[in-house]
Amino acid sequence: MIVSKKRFVSEEKKDMISAYLYVSPFFIIFSLVGLYPAVYSLYLAFQKWDGLAPMTFVGLDNFRVVLEDPLFWKSLYNTLIIGVMGTAPQLIVGIILAFLLNLAYLKLKQFFRVTIFMPYITSMVAVALIFSVIFSNHEASLANYTLSVFGFDPVNWKTSEWGTKIAISLMVFWRWVGYNTIIYLAGLQSISNEYYEAATIDGASKMQQLLHITLPLLRPFILLTVFFSTVGALQLFAEPTVFLGNNAFTRDEAMTVVMYLYRDAFRLQSFGTASATAIILLIFIVIASAINLLLTSRIGKKRGVRSE
Amino acid sequence: MSETIMSKTVSRRKRKISASSIFIYAFLTLASLLSLFPFYWMFVMATRPSAAFSSVPPIVTPGGLLVENFQKVLEQIEFFKALGNTVIICTAVTLVVLLISSLAGFAFAKFKFPGKNLLFVGILLTMVIPPQLGLIPQYYLISQAGLLDTLSGVMILFFLNPLGIFLMRQYVSEAVPDELIEASKLDGCSNFRIYRSIVLPIILPAFATLGIIVFTAVWGEFLWQFTVLRDPEKYTIQVALASLNNTFKVDYGMLMSGVFWATVPLIIIFLCFNRLFIASITEGAVK
Repeated sequence: MIVSKKRFVSEEKKDMISAYLYVSPFFIIFSLVGLYPAVYSLYLAFQKWDGLAPMTFVGLDNFRVVLEDPLFWKSLYNTLIIGVMGTAPQLIVGIILAFLLNLAYLKLKQFFRVTIFMPYITSMVAVALIFSVIFSNHEASLANYTLSVFGFDPVNWKTSEWGTKIAISLMVFWRWVGYNTIIYLAGLQSISNEYYEAATIDGASKMQQLLHITLPLLRPFILLTVFFSTVGALQLFAEPTVFLGNNAFTRDEAMTVVMYLYRDAFRLQSFGTASATAIILLIFIVIASAINLLLTSRIGKKRGVRSE
Repeated sequence: MSETIMSKTVSRRKRKISASSIFIYAFLTLASLLSLFPFYWMFVMATRPSAAFSSVPPIVTPGGLLVENFQKVLEQIEFFKALGNTVIICTAVTLVVLLISSLAGFAFAKFKFPGKNLLFVGILLTMVIPPQLGLIPQYYLISQAGLLDTLSGVMILFFLNPLGIFLMRQYVSEAVPDELIEASKLDGCSNFRIYRSIVLPIILPAFATLGIIVFTAVWGEFLWQFTVLRDPEKYTIQVALASLNNTFKVDYGMLMSGVFWATVPLIIIFLCFNRLFIASITEGAVK
């Protein structure tokens, strides 16, 4: 009796030790390359430091410098504009494509699914390079030729305020629309047919079914993609940097917040202001995702209530 | 009489369906063409001289410079070395992440231990930290450790993968029956032995899913690789490709050739395993 109890206790302890052992690699790596750098960033944001000379405490000075820098606000403006133009249409087109791909009688389903998803497997660098040739400043570049066919003047895609933003938004759109389509498609397929059958028996129209069944049940998937897109859009770096090549850190038409941060840190050796920028960006990401999630979840619900 | 009415309504419905389905097929075909066109155009440019990109009207058929343009790429960057570096990094990171995630997933799914829920929520919360927040200290840490311009310096950051633990926990708790674990415990199996000979074989299919997610994410990542790698000898394929666009007079044929040859292996792998790829995305998202 006593022996078996002892054995039982030690078994439990053994399990505990194993469990802690198995989860520990993540936490060791996390504290080293995740937590420690994040906390250190917080500390650096209050220091003046060029990476070599000793740090000096400057209080909130770094935040003041960043927030008073017109280039920071320009980069935030650029990020938001490209974010909206690159992701909002993506989500809408994604839902439409997923809806069509989910139609029961559709033929060539697999072909459409694979081709529409294909851009996602190309790396961001590859996409940016392909688009940098299509959207070259040259009068006869493919994009400008297409414009001329429709009677428009050529655009300086690499050096103009809207040209850069449109070209970058288009490449973001092109690469991600298939990804979102696939997620929405999974969402649509998770909705049981019984709902639609029951609704049809009750005499609900297709539109009513869309509003009362499809949209509410798709909401978690829409929330997910909105969250990912918001966070991703605010962290945009590779596309504009590679698209602009040499001019990436010298021109301001398409400089994003992360590019501004990168430039501060690794071109101007100003680690303090770069860290302050990282923290400001984190705050913006939290605020923007909260707002977007709130808006998205409300739209879905309101629609449901209104049409009831 | 009734028969003709019926056939009439049927044919009317058919006509209605075909009208809307023409629109649907047209829309989907357009979407597919727009998805494929940049790939095709990249191929065309990769086979043409640089001047071809600005000819009016545009050239839309492949030329004969496929090999010549690639030779120019090889003069500019260490293409195969960079590709090899990327493959080494991706393979190592994928294996390590699979090991870490499956062990932790096993622990979270099948063991009771104090602080379990707290730790798990903690792991999920780490997903919210944007990668740039710690960029500067991470860079400094790597440089202090003497790992700048090394492949391990690139890898270490990618070992951190909270999503992997999340997916593995889901999969282990669904696919591995508790009874099996209890029975092997009664037989005197150690916990690690249970992991190795019972859990691991059962969760192998989930390794394919998570493996694809990790491998492709690391393959395409740019910011960290761009920050850590400054020596062309150590470039990964992404950094090497980006460097092709950094000269004042860019040879577009050469540039597209580099992108083409770096993208083709991925496309082939994708076309062979496209169901697996697409499933990995939905599984990562739906869970």
